[in-house]
Amino acid sequence: MFLNLKTAVAAIALSAVAGTAFARDLVINFDDLNPGPKKGFEDAVEKFKAENPDINVIVNINDREAHKTAIRNFLTADAPDVTSWYPGNRMAPFVDAGLFQPVDDVWEENGFNEDLAAIKATMSRDGKIWGVPYSYYQWGIYYRKDIFDLLELEEPQTWDELLAACGKMKENGVTPFTIGTKFLWTAAGVFDYINLRTNGYDVHNALTAGEIKYTDPRIVATFENWETLINECGFVDNHASMSWQDAIAPFANGDAAMYVMGNFSVDGYKNAGLTEDQIDFMPFPTINPDVPRAEEAPADAFFIPTNAKNVEDAKKWLAFVARPDVQTQWNKTIGQLPINSKADISDDKFIQQGFELLNSATGLAQFYDRDAPAAMAKAGMEGFQEFMLDTSKKMDILQRLDEVQAEVY
Amino acid sequence: MADAVATDTRTRSEPGFFRRNKLAIAPWIFLIPALIFFAIYVVIPIFESLWLSLYQWNGLYDADGNSTAVWVGFDNYVRLWSDPNFWTSLRNNIAWLVLYMLAVPAGLFIALFLNQTVTGMRFYKSMFFFPFVISQVVVGLIFGWFYNPDFGVVGTVWKAIFCEETTNILGNTTFRCERPVPDILSSEQWATYGIIAAGLWPQIAYCMILYLTGLNNVAADQIEAARLDGAKGWKMLWYVVVPQLKPATFIAVVVTVIGALRSFDMIAIMTQGGPFGSTNVLSHYMFEVAISEYGERYGYGSSIATVLFGIMLIFISYFLWRMYQDEKGGR
Repeated sequence: MFLNLKTAVAAIALSAVAGTAFARDLVINFDDLNPGPKKGFEDAVEKFKAENPDINVIVNINDREAHKTAIRNFLTADAPDVTSWYPGNRMAPFVDAGLFQPVDDVWEENGFNEDLAAIKATMSRDGKIWGVPYSYYQWGIYYRKDIFDLLELEEPQTWDELLAACGKMKENGVTPFTIGTKFLWTAAGVFDYINLRTNGYDVHNALTAGEIKYTDPRIVATFENWETLINECGFVDNHASMSWQDAIAPFANGDAAMYVMGNFSVDGYKNAGLTEDQIDFMPFPTINPDVPRAEEAPADAFFIPTNAKNVEDAKKWLAFVARPDVQTQWNKTIGQLPINSKADISDDKFIQQGFELLNSATGLAQFYDRDAPAAMAKAGMEGFQEFMLDTSKKMDILQRLDEVQAEVY
Repeated sequence: MADAVATDTRTRSEPGFFRRNKLAIAPWIFLIPALIFFAIYVVIPIFESLWLSLYQWNGLYDADGNSTAVWVGFDNYVRLWSDPNFWTSLRNNIAWLVLYMLAVPAGLFIALFLNQTVTGMRFYKSMFFFPFVISQVVVGLIFGWFYNPDFGVVGTVWKAIFCEETTNILGNTTFRCERPVPDILSSEQWATYGIIAAGLWPQIAYCMILYLTGLNNVAADQIEAARLDGAKGWKMLWYVVVPQLKPATFIAVVVTVIGALRSFDMIAIMTQGGPFGSTNVLSHYMFEVAISEYGERYGYGSSIATVLFGIMLIFISYFLWRMYQDEKGGR
């Protein structure tokens, strides 16, 4: 709260002097107050300042939720020169309202078309590129290595192996999966993975873009696989009243052995008392071997508002944040993955596995709720939660989602 | 008024306009600050949201500051009609209205029970009144934990009865249950009732305090007379005490109806409208559609607000009419 107040005061002071200040002011709005991400950003700003002593960088850091609200105002009323935001459908409303400006030239001049190739599709809309990403992280299955060792299980590579492993866990009184669906999005992670493995990246995109229906046989097949997973593997009871953090408890206690999650959760496991030897990471197993492997990798990026005053230096910043050395350092600090394929990674085992995983992927999905429009994402995720509580409602739910889809797009 | 001014200028200008109309003008001067704020924060927004409900708008302005809203006429209302979430919310609103009314008799009985002279009665009274004093958010949190199947009271009691403690594969303590622990706030059927029960707790306290003050004004001689005539128990309560509590009952009903219709905090704290939208009420659904992270449909949200406003208007006009009638009768 105090920090917010400080940034607010700073912002007011800023806007007061903005008129008289010289043209080399560069205002950057950033959206994470958590210690790690904040430090990563501030270190990068220091480096940028050292390299460009003639630019006066002014930084406003807000907390994530407040930023989500504030950006809707400041893009029009008092635009910074650069703001952090998310690619995929999350940037769509601002792109459509003409509030961001395209940065194709930045990509062209710095060779990002090659170095950031994997993420290019996600950063594009209407044939133009709208921002530059600085970090992302992998999703997959985090599992209790000690339980796997005890049951003499290997990392399952295929769907059948996964189901077999689940069978063995259940015989020994271990619930295969933990999850907390109270805030809905965790269920979307499971759905995305089963869909990506059943149908692949193109179907994921077509679905979230509203091009295919939820009652399409391919999506129904995804749900059938999900039903199999629920029946033969199973998730912890009461998952609908747990947040993702709450769901760590059965995982840490050894009641559940696997968790479909993003890499940010590793901190949570460690805080719950688990050591690096007890937990490990594996990619979500193959379901259909003919489908090329795509992964979930939500990215964070920087954008230039249309009303930015200092576009020239804003583009310098964008070119700066995607440089291999900058991304290496930044992502080491925040424990995530650099997107630039020439960047180095830290020796954390989860980061290394994630880097390998994402670099060999054929497509990177952002996440259901970032790829689909807000109204669809909300209805979809509620549907996923309802399905997980009662799989017999499958067709009703899919039909209802079709109706929502028809209205949203 | 205009006439008065006109005649005033034509005739003598001896006593000024303000002087002569002091009594008529003075109240308005005192009212003006309140009226201005009431207009800015209540009246104008009502008309704005009525107007907005005829647009489709994601809340954004373009780079030049022009609204990106698109006129859609009554489209939003047509969509409401076929939106199952809207009907769920409306049904829940009715459930809230009906069940919330339990607060009125419950408050009355607690008030009757507490209306005796025993040492420490003030302390008991304040204990009963306590839930009304704490914030709804806190009540929501407390009940959320109370219902929690893992560490809440419900879960703990259930585990004591139906579950046995064993050790899992790693040797840690865990529970194996004959029947799964009821997860009230995640059950489509029960979650709404769970939240209403939580909401009743402070509401009963509120009605109780209204009745306690009402009971102070019950005429002792009438009770005496009724007792001499042989009335007691229920008959005494129904025919002698309750009629005298009519003003308190009226206020209790009014605040309960309004409380039920604007139930928002508890839902936002306990379930966020979940599981899958089954505990939404109109006010929360409106928030979800318009302002929350997955919302950004301001036009649609405004149309929900308009419907809620309409429902409230029915009750409020009735109450106002009743009060007006009473005032007239009293004069």
